[in-house]
Amino acid sequence: MEKTGAQIVWETILREGVDTVFGYPGGATLPIYDAMPAYPIRHVLVRHEQAAVHMAEGWARATGKVGVALATSGPGATNLVTGLANAMMDSIPIVAITGQVATHLLGGDAFQETDVTGITLPITKYNYLITDIADLGEALVEAFYIARSGRPGPVLVDICKDVQNSKIDWEYSAELTRPGLVKVLREQPDAVVAAATLINQAQRPLIIAGHGVQMGEAQAELMELAERAEIPVVTTLLGIGVITENHRLALGMGGMHGEAATNHAVQECDVLIAVGMRFDDRITGRLDQFAPKAKVIHFELDPSEVGKNVKPAVTVLGDCKHTLGQLLPNIEPKQHQQWLTTIHEWQDTTGKVDIANQEVDELIPPFVMRQLWYATQGNCTVVTDVGQHQMWEAQYFTHLRPGQLITSGGLGTMGFGVPAAVGAKIGRPDQLVWVMVGDGGFQQTMQELGTIIQENVGVKIGIINNGFLGMVRQWQQFFYEKRYAGTPMISPDYMKLADAYGIPALRVTKNDEVFSAMQQANAHDGPFLIEFRVMEEVNVYPMVAPGAAVGDMIRRPGPAIVQGYSGVQPSW
Amino acid sequence: MKHTVVAWMEDRPGVLSRVSNLFRRRGFNIESLAVGPSETSGISRMTFVVDGDERMVDQAVKQLEKQIDVTRVEDVTDQPVVVRELALIRVRTDTQTRTEIMQIVDVYRAQIVDIALDSLIIQVVGAEERINSLIDLLDHYGIREMVRTGRVAITRGRATLESAQHNGNGNGRKMGI
Ligand SMILES: Cc1ncc(C[n+]2csc(CCOP(=O)(O)OP(=O)(O)O)c2C)c(N)n1
Repeated sequence: MEKTGAQIVWETILREGVDTVFGYPGGATLPIYDAMPAYPIRHVLVRHEQAAVHMAEGWARATGKVGVALATSGPGATNLVTGLANAMMDSIPIVAITGQVATHLLGGDAFQETDVTGITLPITKYNYLITDIADLGEALVEAFYIARSGRPGPVLVDICKDVQNSKIDWEYSAELTRPGLVKVLREQPDAVVAAATLINQAQRPLIIAGHGVQMGEAQAELMELAERAEIPVVTTLLGIGVITENHRLALGMGGMHGEAATNHAVQECDVLIAVGMRFDDRITGRLDQFAPKAKVIHFELDPSEVGKNVKPAVTVLGDCKHTLGQLLPNIEPKQHQQWLTTIHEWQDTTGKVDIANQEVDELIPPFVMRQLWYATQGNCTVVTDVGQHQMWEAQYFTHLRPGQLITSGGLGTMGFGVPAAVGAKIGRPDQLVWVMVGDGGFQQTMQELGTIIQENVGVKIGIINNGFLGMVRQWQQFFYEKRYAGTPMISPDYMKLADAYGIPALRVTKNDEVFSAMQQANAHDGPFLIEFRVMEEVNVYPMVAPGAAVGDMIRRPGPAIVQGYSGVQPSW
Repeated sequence: MKHTVVAWMEDRPGVLSRVSNLFRRRGFNIESLAVGPSETSGISRMTFVVDGDERMVDQAVKQLEKQIDVTRVEDVTDQPVVVRELALIRVRTDTQTRTEIMQIVDVYRAQIVDIALDSLIIQVVGAEERINSLIDLLDHYGIREMVRTGRVAITRGRATLESAQHNGNGNGRKMGI
């Protein structure tokens, strides 16, 4: 049937299983918008295009589908950049559709013309400039395929305005023809057997599990491996939740703000089984001193990640659900009592010192994170922004499921939290969704309160207001003798702000108000905002200074200060 | 160590900028890069020379392989290959030096492709070392202009690099991009 370019856009989106898009219109997308009402699509009108990508990211992480963001040419498209870079770093499947000036104007610096494919080339998995309607349908289908296949990522399709209007005889077809869309793995022969041999011989084995385990849905296989051979499991920030954190083998997050015992385990293990992770510097610390006693086995989907930072003894390429499945029959049941006892001894002297157990009168952020667990019993999706609160959430909230935490890892994008939570809530309407965000990060994308009320998104917002860009302030305290340049930050009156949007809100200043305020928020049907006025200069411990070995941590100088947390294995 | 890498890629707009961008952002030191059509229509063949340690070359190859436009990559450094480069060199001449230069050209089995009163254009095809040594010699007379194509390479003997083995057709387990 004859279709316009705009119709092809909507029809392909629907056929690819997406019914919600996040966008902001403009001159170069008018034909696309004009065609939209004819399709069963929910269009979420954002207040800034950066938020459109973050929402699509939150939605994609919550649903497992490809998130779609839509923006006009020029400034609309350039506003997508931060979100696309974030999706690229965290392997989030996104299709971004942008309008472009008409083909005859291309290259002439027409009004709102920007070389969007040029700008986004290094921050997308792939991108297209569509100048001919004959290419549009295939490009869109490919875009969805590329976004979700293999290691997912963002794909941008820039469509000239005249292409949106022109017509062609077209039927949707999922068929893919380009040769580069399938890759042949260069496999090490018998890699699985070699890996199993190392694991079977290990005295002090350790697993580091990353985001890939969640994306590859390989939790069951991972747990089977961990339990059969009694191997403790460390996660990366984005791997949080792939092992239930109250499991006896769970050691929590490792790396820059990982618990000291966990980082010691990394430094002392003799076989390190890395699954679906890429040895980011936040997890390895100083590379040449990382896991010095270990032979490394790397289970990885993306061949370019192998040997990039850490040279493995054995590499097992491919989808980790598949490769772990192949590994398992070769793994001998085993116990590592000695090794676990050693780790537990470390935990007694580290976790309880750095992250635990003493009451203070002032309200501190770790306490808020802990209370969030109690107030939700762990039954919620938590989204965080970037900074100290993000690390405290990772440390003090006990994640029970993969995908429970949605956060910006690789890019560390402030401003991600609120819009990502909106996307997550739209994607998981039946679940409680909380976003924990710093006063700095909240003010980066707080315009999205408008989107929240227009779309009635029942997300619960917790602002951790410490009057500082806290994480940067902490570095200034540690490494720049407390010269707090550019980090003290003023906030608006959040109660008035929420009120202006008609969002119910509470201000919490005391420990004993936290729980009931959260309960009130949970009970409310709709969005709710709580400002937690917390003690200002609290630090995240422990900390591996940038460039230091991961075992070399700045530890909490005094006794630790959170009630209701007794180290790694919580006592509820 | 210098590596010669051959890559096949779809002939599409933006392919070159993608490839050069991935080299640029990782600081890979590309000594030469030559690209043109291959025996398969729609597929270009690129030969490039990268100087770096094992890890860097390995990364360059893997990053290339990851590109959607790229259908195949082969590091041919350790394979038996025919490697050629072409150079055009404009060298200063006068009545005294012209014959001398022509003799050198002869010895190098190069060709003179243009003659002017004060200069000659010499075309030489060969392995890099041969071209370098000719250039060294000609330098004494004064090289006024020069252009080199960069290395191109093809494996000797059996047709191991034939296009039938592009991704999707070759042996080994296949995976989505
Ligand atoms: C867009 C962006 N700009 C700057 C930074 C650098 N940065 C990292 S953490 C941080 C402070 C965050 O402050 P806040 O949002 O108040 O959270 P807190 O650390 O206090 O919990 C800054 C500025 C960043 N990560 N992202």
